[in-house]
Amino acid sequence: MGATHLPSTEFDQTAADDQLEAEAEAQLGSPAEPMVQLLAPDGTLGTDPVFSAYADRLDGKKLRGFYADMAKIRRFDVEATALQRQGQLALWVPLTGQEAAQIGSGRASQPQDYIFPTYREHGVALTRNVDLAELLRQFRGVSNGGWNPKDTNFHLYTLVLAAQTPHAVGYAMGIQRDQKLAAAAVAADAAADRPAEPKAAVMVYFGDGASSEGDVHESMVFAASYNAPVVFFCQNNHWAISVPSSVQTRIPLSNRAKGYGFPGIRVDGNDAIAVHAVTEWALEHAREGNGPVLIEAFTYRVGAHTTADDPTKYRESAEETLWRAKDPLDRLEKYLRAQGLADDAYFDQVKADGDELAAYVRKTTYDLETPDIRTAFANTYVEAHPLVAEELAWFEEYSAGFAETPEHSAEPSSPDPDDAATGVAR
Amino acid sequence: MTTMTIAKAINEGLRATLDNNPRTLLMGEDIGALGGVYRVTDGLLAEFGADRVVDTPLAESGIIGTAIGLALRGYLPVCEIQFDGFVFPGFNQITTQLAKMHARSNGSLTVPVVVRIPYGGGIGSIEHHSESPEALFAHTAGLRIITPSNAHDAYWMIRQAVECQDPVIVFEPKRRYWLKGEVNTDSPGASADPFKAHVLREGTDATVVAYGPLVPVALAAADAAAEDGHSIEVIDLRSISPIDFDTVTASAKKTGRLVVAHEAPTFGGIGGEIAARISERAFLSLEAPVIRVGGFHMPYPVAKVEEDYLPDIDRILEALDRSLAY
Ligand SMILES: Cc1ncc(C[n+]2csc(CCOP(=O)(O)OP(=O)(O)O)c2C)c(N)n1
Repeated sequence: MGATHLPSTEFDQTAADDQLEAEAEAQLGSPAEPMVQLLAPDGTLGTDPVFSAYADRLDGKKLRGFYADMAKIRRFDVEATALQRQGQLALWVPLTGQEAAQIGSGRASQPQDYIFPTYREHGVALTRNVDLAELLRQFRGVSNGGWNPKDTNFHLYTLVLAAQTPHAVGYAMGIQRDQKLAAAAVAADAAADRPAEPKAAVMVYFGDGASSEGDVHESMVFAASYNAPVVFFCQNNHWAISVPSSVQTRIPLSNRAKGYGFPGIRVDGNDAIAVHAVTEWALEHAREGNGPVLIEAFTYRVGAHTTADDPTKYRESAEETLWRAKDPLDRLEKYLRAQGLADDAYFDQVKADGDELAAYVRKTTYDLETPDIRTAFANTYVEAHPLVAEELAWFEEYSAGFAETPEHSAEPSSPDPDDAATGVAR
Repeated sequence: MTTMTIAKAINEGLRATLDNNPRTLLMGEDIGALGGVYRVTDGLLAEFGADRVVDTPLAESGIIGTAIGLALRGYLPVCEIQFDGFVFPGFNQITTQLAKMHARSNGSLTVPVVVRIPYGGGIGSIEHHSESPEALFAHTAGLRIITPSNAHDAYWMIRQAVECQDPVIVFEPKRRYWLKGEVNTDSPGASADPFKAHVLREGTDATVVAYGPLVPVALAAADAAAEDGHSIEVIDLRSISPIDFDTVTASAKKTGRLVVAHEAPTFGGIGGEIAARISERAFLSLEAPVIRVGGFHMPYPVAKVEEDYLPDIDRILEALDRSLAY
């Protein structure tokens, strides 16, 4: 792929339709760029010399599972957006359009793998069995995390773009060392009959915008230098808030891997089957000690960047329409129906399950407890810290000054039960 | 007891941690075959191998960021930043990630990473090789910051930093790397708590608090003041975050006068924090305002004039004179 294939930034077409296509092409990368696709938008399954073998591992049950996950997470997204609109969440980061990229890749990971997300990976969280209501703690403003990554090997969301990418590489370097230590222990104790630990890899998610951050570059250098078992999963959803991906890169992002010396694959990010196949391949490649892989999932953020964003200010709705025609759920539904793998009853059930999840998430959000600021004092350091102790003591004394006195008790009590729970006046 | 330089003491401290715990590892630029630009890691690569003494790519954010990942996996990384002025590409990882991971996870994750930074001036070097950025880190909750001023502390502090469950930055006074002192590698003795200040010299008329590279200067100033008949107490702060205010307060109450000296610019520095706290805690015992001695509000100046920039014995004596004049 030489410079002659670089997407052009100059246009001379006059026909409006051509113009749109050309602009989309320039910004979105040329469709002529090699891109792994198995399931076409019309629901027909194509072949790929390498990845069809991986797709062949998928039976009807797994494919129905992919669809159910994608439908669930889309329903969850709608619910969280509504909760934000109703003032129940401070912000929401929608994922509609990216379901195949997330479910396809997340379902390719094994429990022993460790995942570092950015902040939009709700679908990946679902595949890692994170309680989705826990994801909302951060957006409701009751936690800066909200779940224990050790339970699911799904790390906390990171808001500083790309900051998690070196963490992923370091974690992968730790896996390498663990394997060496384990091998040494086995060698030293040949009689012991230990079950072999399953080989593990790390997968780290980031966006096309984040790919411009230095941390992504440094991470890739480290990963290549140490042959770390890490899969870089870039969801190229074409927009970094209002800035198109053409401002972040002049070549397909997957091509960058070549510069670091490891494989880079561009995959149709709206094709759950291809994403799954490519990610399985990449994770196996990493687990087997063959080093890092970069996957660029070519997809689209159909809605706003966040609930604070207004995409009408920076992009044409026609572009959205173009991408809606490539919807990841629609195409898998078409395939499942055409193959006789799922019927109306199945899709009705999926919808009912989605509504049930939404109701659960809504109720759980209302019930999320406001933490006591004392937990922040407790969690700033692991070990005792005199300044924290001193400030906490001051805070306790100060708060005690607001404790109810006999005169105050005649007043109506606070309507907010949280106030009573913390005993802290606000 | 063995006599060794501060650099050698840190080297021995690192050797002990690598020996004691297979999960410790060192990471940094040129720390392997070269032994670091200050040779602090000399010989460790040969002894422990490239998986434990890791020559990293030239990328500070990458060094700190991958160390965080290793710590999340249960390792104990000790990162070397080559020079103080080059920590800033890693500042983001230190302040937004390393410092906050434990709090962000509501206490479920720990990232016991150690970051070693040679700091301070007085070595006649060029731009970015002589800075004192400790206040920038001390302002960030979640980090601990210690700085040795002698070989015994240097040996123990690095070991204690590795054992600490919180992230610790060890600022190493580079112009004192070759300062020799007695080290007891069997027992830390009074250095058992790295976050406690030490009263190095007792006095009754005024207290000088210093840390790292300025400790020998403060002691020399106290000697000079003694010739003029003043009895000066000298405290080695040792820990910049947390600060052992109890030891400083007790001394200020005893002498009634306090001078704080550091190489970093006075404005917005650690000295201001100490002055404010002590004036709250010991206001009625103070005979004079707390006086700060530090660098000027300018980029670290060129080497040929750094003598005018760095607090020296005379600058501390001048401050003591002012304090004693109240
Ligand atoms: C270091 C940093 N700079 C700026 C921001 C503000 N910001 C939040 S999201 C975003 C765009 C990210 O785009 P991309 O990486 O493509 O991910 P996407 O949100 O599209 O999934 C920006 C600029 C940030 N979070 N972190």
